[in-house]
Amino acid sequence: MQSLLIIVGVGVGVAVIVFMSALLSGLQSNLIKRTLSSQAHIALLPPEEVARPQVAAENTALRLQKQAQRLRSIDQWQQLRDRLQNWPEIAALSPVASGPAFAVRGDANKAISLVGIEPERYNRVISLADRLTTGELRVGSGEAVIGIELAKDLGADVGDKLRIATADGSDETLTITGLFDLGNKAVNARNIYVGLRTAQTLLGLVGGVSNIDLALHDLDQAEALAQRITGETGLIADSWMRTNAQFVTALTSQRVSSNVIRFFVGLSVAFGIASVLVVSVIQRSKEIGILRAMGATQGQMLRIFLLQGGIVGFLGSLLGSALAWFFLALWRLMAVNPDGTPLFVIGVEPSLVFIAAGGASLVGILAALLPARRAAALDPVVAIRG
Amino acid sequence: MADPVLQLSAIRKSYGSGETESEILHGINLRLEKGEFAALIGPSGSGKSTLLNLIGLLDRPSSGQLFIDTQETGLLDDTHLTRLRGQRIGFVFQHHHLIPAFTAQENVAMPLLVARGHPDAAMFLKAGELLDQVGLADRKQYLANRLSGGQQQRVAIARALAMDPSLVLADEPTGNLDTHAADEVFKLLRTVNRQLQTTFLIVTHDPRLAKRCDRIIELVDGQIVADAPNTPDA
Ligand SMILES: Nc1ncnc2c1ncn2[C@@H]1O[C@H](COP(=O)(O)OP(=O)(O)O)[C@@H](O)[C@H]1O
Ligand SMILES: [Mg+2]
Repeated sequence: MQSLLIIVGVGVGVAVIVFMSALLSGLQSNLIKRTLSSQAHIALLPPEEVARPQVAAENTALRLQKQAQRLRSIDQWQQLRDRLQNWPEIAALSPVASGPAFAVRGDANKAISLVGIEPERYNRVISLADRLTTGELRVGSGEAVIGIELAKDLGADVGDKLRIATADGSDETLTITGLFDLGNKAVNARNIYVGLRTAQTLLGLVGGVSNIDLALHDLDQAEALAQRITGETGLIADSWMRTNAQFVTALTSQRVSSNVIRFFVGLSVAFGIASVLVVSVIQRSKEIGILRAMGATQGQMLRIFLLQGGIVGFLGSLLGSALAWFFLALWRLMAVNPDGTPLFVIGVEPSLVFIAAGGASLVGILAALLPARRAAALDPVVAIRG
Repeated sequence: MADPVLQLSAIRKSYGSGETESEILHGINLRLEKGEFAALIGPSGSGKSTLLNLIGLLDRPSSGQLFIDTQETGLLDDTHLTRLRGQRIGFVFQHHHLIPAFTAQENVAMPLLVARGHPDAAMFLKAGELLDQVGLADRKQYLANRLSGGQQQRVAIARALAMDPSLVLADEPTGNLDTHAADEVFKLLRTVNRQLQTTFLIVTHDPRLAKRCDRIIELVDGQIVADAPNTPDA
């Protein structure tokens, strides 16, 4: 009866941990996915030409303007591309020629980011093709794909024409072949995707690229890898973690606070198991005494109670995993957007259940340590007489 | 003469330490041969249970030597002492101390399980045979707490015999039973003694039961004051 209650107690604790972990990792991976939907894991840029002098604050805008006008290409980017392509950490890589420009249509004139891409390659870094709301990802000569916000601002749609002008006077008229929604309003309002060649011409970067975008197999490696690339090539490598430092900090502190909660839930589970076992050692002291009289060694008594703790933890974790699964199913039913689609995807990874089962068994055994030692140390004479 | 099953020489036992130290047993010498059926009598508080606990290796003497089957026990560590106890000695207590959640058969198999560490069919077979012997053939699958006091004590006797011990120690085995049940249990001990040649040392208050043993040892204030053979009346 007691064992049953404590197993339920352990189960609830494990359920909280599993549910919370699943929710959190679902939430976080969803947030990361959204953030990275319009952003490369690492962007490689040409190195600074000279050490930047300390510039007074009021000159900052001017300085940026100047830099923007003098786009530089990455030296020997083809060799670099071929070299990095062989790195096992890198999943995909896409050279990009991008720079500031203006989109003009009728009276409307918008500052935009012109992004010249090789669509197949680029699509492996940022899945643009999946994000099209209309049209297709076609950026041949004279063609462009623009964001839905920009389309709205300009009153343009697929099939309409658009004039792109740069600050140094080049311009070209392009036909809109598709509209995208990358889930980021600023990007949807700024980016215009064109063919690499088109962008090179417009931006005065003939044959060159302004940056190389990378996608990695393991997101968390981005900063480490970025530093390695900088070390080996001298290029500036901006990882998504650096460009989203605040966001990453928020994720980390979220994880830390959830670890704290997990720790304390685990602790209270451990105390629960321990207290039940202490009571059970006292209640069963006669039986322990008689087992000792029959030849059960101290080691055997110790193992019996450790095992009991482990079993309670293990069964509790099974119950807890089932409960967590139930809560998550419930959550999926409740947490939906007005249109019925899920807020975000959460799944329980089998590994989480294994970890919970292993962890709870271990906690059970640790919690049983003290009562088990008491049981082993029990004087059989006293136990039997008592 | 064959080797004794049990030999005590100059056994002393004190409890407490310093000013509160008090000696309960003052130099006990005792020898039990194979197949003996001896009663240990004496007034309450004379040290009978203390002596039995020492003989049963549940406790260690303060001084003196104790041999079980010629094995000197003073130098054994706790684990070896426990193993020796499990293998050579069976206990029957006043309160049977069965495990209530287990059946009669499981209780009897318990010492075998403890010794081997894992259950097997042979140990339940053996437990079943022992229950046949003590007259509980039809109660094997009963939970221990659903048996009467006398039946429980018979299960405890079967359990004490599970490891084929050379010595069975019984501390007031009938003290908790009515006259009829006490008589039955005592007869059972006697029968086992005759059939298996198991040595018995039985602590009892009851002079009528003591008179049915082959030898009567009397303990008073921690000393053996009388130790004589006895011819049972019946
Ligand atoms: N663990 C102990 N600590 C201190 N004194 C004890 C302990 N066990 C027994 N005694 C004392 O030893 C004496 C003998 O006890 P016991 O062997 O139980 O006697 P009997 O079984 O003959 O009635 C008693 O005075 C008892 O109080
Ligand atoms: Mg006594």
